[in-house]
Amino acid sequence: MATLTVSGLHKRFGVVEVLKGIDLEARTGEFVALVGPSGCGKSTLLAMIAGLESVSEGEIRIDGTLVNSVAPKDRDIAMVFQSYALYPTMTARQNMTFGMESRGVPKVEQDAAIKRVASLLQIQPLLNRKPGQLSGGQRQRVAMGRALVRDPKLFLFDEPLSNLDAKLRVDMRTEIKKLHQRVGKTTVYVTHDQIEAMTLASRIAVMHQGSIQQFDEPQAVYDRPANMFVAGFMGSPSMNFIPGELMKLDGRPAVAIALGHGEIATLPLPQTPVHRPANGKVVLGVRPEHLFRYDPNLKAQKAGLAMLTAPVEVVEPTGAETHAVLKVGDREIVGRFDPDGAPRLGELLPLGIDMAHVCLFDPGTQALIPQVAA
Amino acid sequence: MRCGRRGAHGGGQSVVDVTYDRAFDPNARTANLRFVAGRVAVYAFLGFFALIYLIPLFVIVANSFRELPEITRNGLIAIPQSFSLSAWPRAWLHHCVAGTCEGIQRNFYNSLIMTIPATIISTVLGAINGYVLSKWRFPGSETLFVCMTLGVFMPGQISLLPWAFILGTLNLSNTIYGLILVHVIQGMSFTTLFCRNYYVNIPDDLVKAARIDGAGFWRVFYKIILPLSPPILIVTVIWQFTGIWNEYLFGVVFTGGRQQPVTAALVGLATNSMNARAYDVASCAVLIAAVPPLLIYFFGGKYFVRGLTQGAIK
Repeated sequence: MATLTVSGLHKRFGVVEVLKGIDLEARTGEFVALVGPSGCGKSTLLAMIAGLESVSEGEIRIDGTLVNSVAPKDRDIAMVFQSYALYPTMTARQNMTFGMESRGVPKVEQDAAIKRVASLLQIQPLLNRKPGQLSGGQRQRVAMGRALVRDPKLFLFDEPLSNLDAKLRVDMRTEIKKLHQRVGKTTVYVTHDQIEAMTLASRIAVMHQGSIQQFDEPQAVYDRPANMFVAGFMGSPSMNFIPGELMKLDGRPAVAIALGHGEIATLPLPQTPVHRPANGKVVLGVRPEHLFRYDPNLKAQKAGLAMLTAPVEVVEPTGAETHAVLKVGDREIVGRFDPDGAPRLGELLPLGIDMAHVCLFDPGTQALIPQVAA
Repeated sequence: MRCGRRGAHGGGQSVVDVTYDRAFDPNARTANLRFVAGRVAVYAFLGFFALIYLIPLFVIVANSFRELPEITRNGLIAIPQSFSLSAWPRAWLHHCVAGTCEGIQRNFYNSLIMTIPATIISTVLGAINGYVLSKWRFPGSETLFVCMTLGVFMPGQISLLPWAFILGTLNLSNTIYGLILVHVIQGMSFTTLFCRNYYVNIPDDLVKAARIDGAGFWRVFYKIILPLSPPILIVTVIWQFTGIWNEYLFGVVFTGGRQQPVTAALVGLATNSMNARAYDVASCAVLIAAVPPLLIYFFGGKYFVRGLTQGAIK
C-alpha cells in the first residue's frame, strides 16, 4: 500500500513545455484518473511516474521517497499499456513471470503468484498460449495479470481499454473496477474517455495543455467544473454555454440571455454568485439533462425553474433518451429528453431550465463563478 | 463484421445459384481462354530469359566434365563430346596456382575461416548497433546512424589505402585475420542498417514494459529483441556470408599465395599465363567456389525473401 505525491512537476522537450507544474496526489488505495484530450500531457505524466521519462523539474514521491532518479524497475510499480505490450515470443505464463524472473523471485513463489492471479482474472486456460493466439480482451487480461503478479506498490494504466471494441470496453471497465475493489491498490489511470474516468476513479484530474484544470471527486468535477474547459470536456453531450449578463430581478439575482430579434429572457438564479465579473457579463453553463419540456404544474413544485421558448432544429433519438438541438438566440444548445414527450422537429418548445444546477463562468478568465445559497 | 458477412451471403445466394446452373457461359469461356493465352505468353517470356541467364552456368558445368583437348579443339562453348571426372580432383588438390601446387583446397578453407567469423561478428555487432540505435536513442544517435549507413554507399576501393595502412600498423597484412577485420568493419554498415530498420518496427512499449519488469539493457536484448530477430538475422547472415565469400578485391590486394581466399585464387588460376589455360580445371574450381553461397541461398532463400519483405511485428 502506498501513496503517490507529485509536486511542481515540469517536463520540457527542448523549448516545448509539455507539463507546466503538475501537483497530484494519490492516497493509499485510491484510484486516480488522469483525463484530458490527446496531447494534454497525461501520458507523459504517467511515463514520468513510471520512470520512463526524465523529470525536468519538480518531485515525484512514492510512499514519501523521492524517486526522480530511481530506475523504473526499482520504483516497485506495474504498468498496463494501451498496446498491451505483451512479449510476442513468450506464452501468457512467461509474460507474467518475466518480471519475477528478472527480480530473482523463487520458482515456487512465481507459481503461487501465477495461480493466484490466473484465477483472479480467469485466464487459467490461456496460460500456455502466445499473445498472437489471444483475442483483444484476453490480451488485456494477460497484460493486467502481468501487472498483478508482482504485487507492486503502484498500478499505472495507460489507456488500457482504447484498443477494445465498444462492448468489450464497457465489460472490461467493470472488470477493472471490481479488480480494484478487490485488490485495493493505489492506481493511476490515464484515459481520454471521460466516462471511463467518471465510472472508475475515486478522484479525477482533468488535464489540458500541460496543466491540471481540476482535481476532485467525479461528481464534484461534473457538478462544479472549475472552468469552461472542464465543463465542456466532462459529460456527453457537452454542457451548453449561453452568454448572458448578471442582473437583478425583484431584488434577486438573475441572468439575462438574448433570444434574438431583440428579445431577452431573464432567468432567476436560486443561488447568489459570490462575485460579479467587471461588466456583469457571464457565460451560463447548462447540462443537457437540466433542460426539459416546461410544464406549468411543475413550476409550483420546484424552485428555481426558468422558462423560455426555443425552436427545435434536430431530434436525435438514442433509445433510452432523445437528444434535441434547440436554438436559443444565435446559439444551438442540446437537451436530453425523455422519449415520451420528446420535442418534435420544428416545434416551438416551451423550455424549462433547472436553474438550481446551472453554472456561471467568467467569460474573461473562463473560470467558474461559485454560487452560494441566498 | 459478422452481420455484414451474413447479409452478403444471404443476399448473394440466389445470384450464385443462377450462375452455377448455367452449363455454358460464353463470356466466362472467352475470359478463360484469354487468361490461358496470357499465362502462356508470360511463362514463355520468363522461360526465355531464364534460359539466357542459365547458359553461362551450363557452359561452366559442361566444361568441368569435358577433357581439356576436346575443349581446345571445339572451343569453350560447344556441345560436350567427351566426359571426364579428372579435372575435379586436380582443381581441388593438385593444380598449381601462383607457384604452389595444392589446388584450391587451401584457399577454400581460407575463405571459410575468413567468412564464418566475419559473418558472425558483423551480424552480432549489427544487431547490437541496431538495438541501441532504435531502442536506446541518445542525443546524436540519428546522426551517428546516418554516418554508419554512409558506409553502405561507399565503394570498397576508396578504403583500400586506409585499410592497407591500418593492416600494416596492426601487423595483420597478408593474414586471414586482417581480412576478417576488414570484412567485419566494412559489413557493419549493412548489418546495422538492416537490424536498426527492423527493430524500429518493434513497438517501444515492449522495451518499456520490460524495463518496468526489471530487465536491463542486455536482458531486454536477449529475452525480448533477439527472439523476435530470426527473420532479419537470417537476411543479414545470408547477405554477409555471400558478400564476404564473393568479395575478392580486398583478398587480392591484402593477401597473396597461400593466404588468399578462394575468389582471389580463382583470379590467379584464370590469369596463370605460364602454361596453357586449363579450362576444365578452372571450371571445376569456379563451381567448387560457388558451392557455399549456393547452399546458403538454398537453405535460407525463402527466409531471405520473407525477412526482406516482412513488415512490423504485431
